[in-house]
This record gives sequence, structure tokens and C-alpha cells, in this order.
Amino acid sequence: MNASTHAVSDRLYRNRRIKNAIALGLSGLATLFGLFWLVWILWTTLRTGLAAMKPSLFTQMTPPPGSDGGLANALFGSAIMSVGAILIGTPIGVAAGTYLAEYARKHPIGEVIRFVNDILLSAPSIVLGLFVYTLVVRTSGHFSGYAGALSLALIVLPVVVRTTDEMLQLVPSTMREAALSLGVPQWKVTMQVLYRSALPGIVTGVLLALARISGETAPLLFTALNNQYWTHDLSQPMASVPVVIFQYAMSPYDSWHALAWAGAFVVTLFVLLLSLLSRAILLRNKASHD
Amino acid sequence: MAANSSAITPTITAAIVDADRRNARDARADGAFRWIVTAAGIFVLLALAGAALSMLWGGREAFSTFGLGFLFSTEWDAVNHHFGALVPIYGTLVTALIAMIIAVPVSFGIALFLTEVAPNWMRGPVGAAIELLAGIPSIIYGMWGLFVFVPLMGEYVSPWLNDHIGALPLIGPLFTGPPLGIGMLTAGIVLAIMVIPFISSVMREVFLTVPTRLKESAYALGSTTTEVVWDIVLPYTRSAVIGGIFLGLGRALGETMAVTFVLGNAHQLTASLLMPGNSIAATIANEFTEADSDIYRSSLIALGFLLFIVTFFVLAAAKLMLRRLSRQEGAK
Repeated sequence: MNASTHAVSDRLYRNRRIKNAIALGLSGLATLFGLFWLVWILWTTLRTGLAAMKPSLFTQMTPPPGSDGGLANALFGSAIMSVGAILIGTPIGVAAGTYLAEYARKHPIGEVIRFVNDILLSAPSIVLGLFVYTLVVRTSGHFSGYAGALSLALIVLPVVVRTTDEMLQLVPSTMREAALSLGVPQWKVTMQVLYRSALPGIVTGVLLALARISGETAPLLFTALNNQYWTHDLSQPMASVPVVIFQYAMSPYDSWHALAWAGAFVVTLFVLLLSLLSRAILLRNKASHD
Repeated sequence: MAANSSAITPTITAAIVDADRRNARDARADGAFRWIVTAAGIFVLLALAGAALSMLWGGREAFSTFGLGFLFSTEWDAVNHHFGALVPIYGTLVTALIAMIIAVPVSFGIALFLTEVAPNWMRGPVGAAIELLAGIPSIIYGMWGLFVFVPLMGEYVSPWLNDHIGALPLIGPLFTGPPLGIGMLTAGIVLAIMVIPFISSVMREVFLTVPTRLKESAYALGSTTTEVVWDIVLPYTRSAVIGGIFLGLGRALGETMAVTFVLGNAHQLTASLLMPGNSIAATIANEFTEADSDIYRSSLIALGFLLFIVTFFVLAAAKLMLRRLSRQEGAK
């Protein structure tokens, strides 16, 4: 090899190294860019929200413009509709996930349901609100907490279906075979062996679904609507924290803005705690399996 | 068997009868169980079909009154009952496009960083932090956008864009406008922040499916990390990466609250990205409860139907492309 080819290959090598360093540096910058927004958004929410926190938030009703109040009715409405949605969505979701994993694992129908379920999982939530509006609100003639809970249940459903399906598929088939060979009927195998082994995963799925619906606004706008007063009657329009945040944040009043930030703080904290909790359950489960 | 059974003591006969009865009961219970879970599975199908059909039904009045013109009319006049979907459709597409232009390269960078560049101890926590972004409710993005980001856009970014890019030919008109802060560019940026965690987590997952053997062979031949990613990882995962991008696009098209806060709810068609506009989801969220006539409400539901159809195809394409990689994985 003579000197000039040496120089050329050196230069080539150096150029490739430089190009590589630039690309990797950019990838680090991209990550910083992502983290930057996360920190900024969380910081704003926590700081402004914490400043607006006060005990009356949990005891007083949503106020008319200009006067003082809290979010008690909205918090209660959110809680009761979320519980309702979990109570509707979880059993159906677990059953459908069981069907996919235990009865239609490789069947074409199972594939179709999985496909549709994945689309439902990412479908715009406002569309689900419109669906429930035409199905329930229009036929019953008025907005109601039931309609709100139902629209949230449609968001819970695909999350639970997916996690149940995945978790049951992870259960080793030797467990099924061992139980079946003892003469245990299949439904009992599913209920007492498979569910028990898949339980932490399914619980995680339900928690994630709860985290998702506790900040959901769009489907509630025209199903549960809103309510200025306390109500525990699900057949009435019901307040919820996200809808109140939306209404108050878009208003021109400072006192309403403060309440909206306090609501945002509560919702964000709740969602973060839920996602930490679900992560912890998964980790503990993993540790006990290893 | 028959000869023997007569000799069997009554207790055993009773036990056999008992066992038979139990078997029959178990079989019935098995049948019922199977029936219940199958019904739940079918319910998932019905939910999606029901959503589509109910919106088609709810929007039939708008579709039959305005016909195909519904798609191409910019009019949105609640007083004279004339409704056209072009402004919201345009706003939806433009904001989603802006979001994709920002989010795709950034997500690719994050996935690259988390799979090839970052030291091992950093990958878990940073990945989890990025995924935390996905968990924040969209209404928080909207509020943050309205109270924190919009003033910054109005005060600094819009004037700067006006001065520096507004004078350029071709793309200039896109960036000229009053410094309102709200508008399509702001909405697009907020959307981008929202979809980055979705796209980057899909990309990261599919990058991890590339066999180490392939990557190590390339490294052994002297490739740099960039070359390995560009020539080995990307070709191997191409369809799934596009699937991940489509998944993010589906989210961006249908996102409601974050956009509603910062888009401005203005029914006008403008070339400028700094002007307020409207998107399908924001129009529905803003106006549905105020709709005072049947045709108004029907037009909004028809908009919802359009959004549903578009996101359905985008998400279906995403799923099919993601599935191709997992099938390839399974075939190995």
C-alpha cells in the first residue's frame, strides 16, 4: 500500500467517525428534547397546581364565576363514573381476553378480534363519546352518569382484553395440561389455575385502564355533560374533574383557572401514582418468578 | 360390564351415578363458560361496528342534505344551517402533518439513543421517563399549552417567524400572521410532544428485535454505530417502524383536548400556520353541546364518522405493518 491510498482511507475513516459522532450526538439531543417537555409540563402542573391546592377543594362544590369553591362534586363524579366503567369493562374484557387466549388463540376469528381490539385501543376517544351519545343519550333523552360510565367502559375494555390475552398466553401450557389431566373441567382450570397465575398482569391492565380514564375528557363532554351540584344519581348529568378543568381553563376568570390547575394537579398525581403502582406490581411479579 | 354392575354394592353405584352427574354438570358448565367468553369476544367486534354504524346513522341527515359537497365546502354557518367539513378536515391533516414532521425524527433519535448509544444503566430510567409522557392526560397538555406555551409562541416565536421566514418565497406565507400564539403551528407542536412517546416506544421495541448476530457481524466488519442502524437495523425493521409512525399518526389525527385548547376554534381556511383554525375533533368537542338544530348535530356526528373512517384505515395499516415484523420473528 502506498502513502496516498493510506491517506485516502484515513480520511474516509475519519469522515465516517465524524458522521457517526454527529448522528449519535443528535440522538442524545432528541432524548433531551423529549425529557425537556416532560419536565416542563410536569413542573408547571405541580407548581401551579400545588399553589392552588386548599382543603376546601375536597369539601366545596364547583362555584359560579367569581366566588370561592372546590371540586368536591367533580371529584365524586369522576370517582363514581370511573368505578362504574371498571365494573362494566373489566368482566367483559377479561372474558373476551380469555376467549382470545384459551379458545381462539390461532383461530382466524381470534385474529380478527385481536385486530379490532387493537384499533379500539387507539381509536379517538371522542368518537366513542359520539357512539354512546347516539346509543344512550339520544334514546333516553337526557345526559346521564350512566352514559359517561359506559363511554369510559369502552376505553377500559380494549386495555383489559389485551392484557388478559397476553398474560394468559404467558401461562405455561404444562399448567393447563396438569390440571386437565386431573379431570378438572376447563372452566375451573381457567378460573382457579390460569387466572390465579395471570392475576398480577390483569390487575396491572386494570390499573393502567383506570389511569387512562381518570384524565379522559372528550367522551364525557356529551355523555355525562356536567353538573354544578352534588349528585349521586347516575341517571342525572354528572360533573367530572376533566370536564370541569376544560370548562374552567377556557373561561376568563382567574379563580376558575386556579381551580382548573388544582384539578389538573390531582389528576396528574393520581395518574402518576397509578402508573408507578402498576410498574411495581409487574416488577414484584417478575422477581417472584425468577 | 353389565354382568359386573349388578354385583357392585349400592354405595359404588351411587358414587358412579354421582360422578356421572358431576361430569354432566361440568360439561354443561364448560359449555356455558365457553359461550360466555365467546359472547364477550364477539362484543368487542360489535363495539367497533356499532360505533361506525351509529355515527353513520347519526350523520345521515348531513350526508343526504349536503351530499359529497359536505367534504368540499368551507362553509360552517349555524344560523343558515349550511355545513361543510373542509376547514376541520384541513386543520386535522395540517396539525397532524406538523406533528409528524417534528415527532418522527425525534422519536427515531430517542429510540436510537435508548437501544444503541446510552449506557445500560441509563436505558431503563430514561425509557420509563419518556413513557411517562404518554401517561399524562391530554387535557394537561392542553392546559399547559394554553397557559404556558401559547404566550411564548405569541411573544417570541411568531414574531421571529414573521421576521425571518415570513419574507421567504414559497414557504413565507405559511409563517406570516398576527402573533396570537394560538393556531395550527402551536397545535402541531403540542401534538408532536404527545405522540413522541408512542412512536419512540414502538421504534425502541422493534429495534430490540433485531438479532444481535446481525449487528455484531456488521460491527466486526468495522461499521460505525450509525452505519449499523442505517444499513442493518432499519432495513430489518422497516415495515414495523412505518407501522409505529402510523400508530402515532392515528393518535395525532384523533387527539381532541390538547388541540381544542390551542387551535382557536375558527372556521376559516388560511394558508398561514400562525392563524387559528379548527380540527374535526376540536369542532365536535367545542360545539356539540351547543348544537341547537338537528342538522347541526347531524353534521357534527358526520364529522365524527369521517374521523373514525380515516383513523380506522391509518391504524389498520399500522397494525398490518407491525404484524409483518412479528410474523417474520415467528417464522425464524
